[in-house]
Amino acid sequence: MQTFLQQLINGLSLGSIYALLALGYMIVYGISKLLNFAHGDVYMLGAYWGYYTINYLHFGFFTALITAMIACGLAGVIIEAVAYRPLRNAPRVAALITAIGVSFFLENGMSYLCSSDTRNFPQVIKRKAFDLGGVTISNIQLIILVTTIILMFGLMWIINYTKVGRAMRSVSTDYDAASLMGININHAVSITFALGSALAGAAGVLIGLYYNSIDPLMGMTPGIKAFVAAVLGGIGSIPGAAVGGFLIGLLETGVTALGFSAFRDAAVYLVLIVILLVLPGGLFGKKQVEKV
Amino acid sequence: MPETAETMLKVDHLSVNYGAIKAVRDVSFDLKKGEIVTLIGANGAGKSTILKTVSGLLHPASGDILFEGRSIAKMSAPKIVAEGISQVPEGRRIFAGMTVKENLQLGAYLRKDKDGIEKDMEAMFKRFPILKERLKQDAATLSGGEQQMLAMARALMARPKVLLLDEPSMGLAPIYIQEIFDIVKSINKEGMTVLLIEQNARQALSIADRGYVLASGEVKMSGTGHDLLNDPAVQKAYLGG
Repeated sequence: MQTFLQQLINGLSLGSIYALLALGYMIVYGISKLLNFAHGDVYMLGAYWGYYTINYLHFGFFTALITAMIACGLAGVIIEAVAYRPLRNAPRVAALITAIGVSFFLENGMSYLCSSDTRNFPQVIKRKAFDLGGVTISNIQLIILVTTIILMFGLMWIINYTKVGRAMRSVSTDYDAASLMGININHAVSITFALGSALAGAAGVLIGLYYNSIDPLMGMTPGIKAFVAAVLGGIGSIPGAAVGGFLIGLLETGVTALGFSAFRDAAVYLVLIVILLVLPGGLFGKKQVEKV
Repeated sequence: MPETAETMLKVDHLSVNYGAIKAVRDVSFDLKKGEIVTLIGANGAGKSTILKTVSGLLHPASGDILFEGRSIAKMSAPKIVAEGISQVPEGRRIFAGMTVKENLQLGAYLRKDKDGIEKDMEAMFKRFPILKERLKQDAATLSGGEQQMLAMARALMARPKVLLLDEPSMGLAPIYIQEIFDIVKSINKEGMTVLLIEQNARQALSIADRGYVLASGEVKMSGTGHDLLNDPAVQKAYLGG
């Protein structure tokens, strides 16, 4: 029981990171119908932003987190404007391949600029562990969970209850009809990339803090897993992406705890295959209703 | 309509291409303040293309579109909405997954006057009582006729000077068709200038001040609604004899 609870806590912490990534993945996909393979690399940029600002500018954790979100949000806007916008009306596979290109560009660009060595993320918060009747939870795990929950609810609030969120949703549904409401499509897409990338940036700083080590290729696997999380939750559903992220985190720590750590990535991809076969709409997927 | 009424919209020798296809060829017509003008014609005559071009979703290959005397041919769709032209698109295009209220709020997207928006929403509930009942419902759960009303209310929420309607009766149950035309007529009576596109030519001509008959992307005939309705050629081609 204790082991189970311990793994639950560990899984939720890791799952938080995937949830943040999956949310960004999902809203960007929702509005641009683009699988942004560079999303995981924006997360890597966020981790490096945290590394440099904490080490050299002596930022505290929260300053690093917030500035990383701003910097990554900006990076997302630039990536969209430079790489994806010119291809908006091109066949989808062109944009998809471009996204892979952007991903390689960021990974190799960072390797070139900052070397491909793994670096130790500065331990800006002293790690403390709390013992809750045999189950340990660290202050860092708590920070990750709380930050994630705040960011998730913040995103849901923006999307569901603000004018800008309404505009984003309408653009996700129908570009032309949204234009006819007076909504500037480019602005709505830019804002969506900014929000999604900001969440990725936050996730990057949080993972740095959690795992201590960062490198230019750190975004590849989590990026793909976040995509799996979004599919598992149901593309188009914000709570779904969050739940999917937590489930993937739990699955991974569970598989590791059972002694199959070599297969933890395989387990995640197996989930993707099973979901696509059995429940292609995902857990919270919206049913498409069409009326004539 | 008095001859002196001010021209709101003037489409001047407009041609529009879809790639290599010339969808609209040298079409000219105008719309005076307070009028209902209808463009009728068969499927593929270029009616929707004209409306999309007026709204800025497409841009002309040649020719011009003047709104209150100024060219809007190169403007983007959101800019044209800001100028005062709203469109109820073909197939209604309501935002599924969003509530009726959110759809209406999106119609007022460019407006900043919160009180005015609130007041207009009340006015919409008066005109379309069903929308008030369905306010919190996903717009996709509305019937076709209700969706058409929502699409019209949504366009009106922008407080346009000109309302463009693309096939408002398409695919609706007969009981709704008459209602939709009655609503168009009553909106017009309250001062709205309307450009109406319809395959249901008889209904459209019977409420229109003037009409233009399109075929293969060109204007073939024009006249008052009444004259076109009684024209033997129009009757034969578009009114089922």
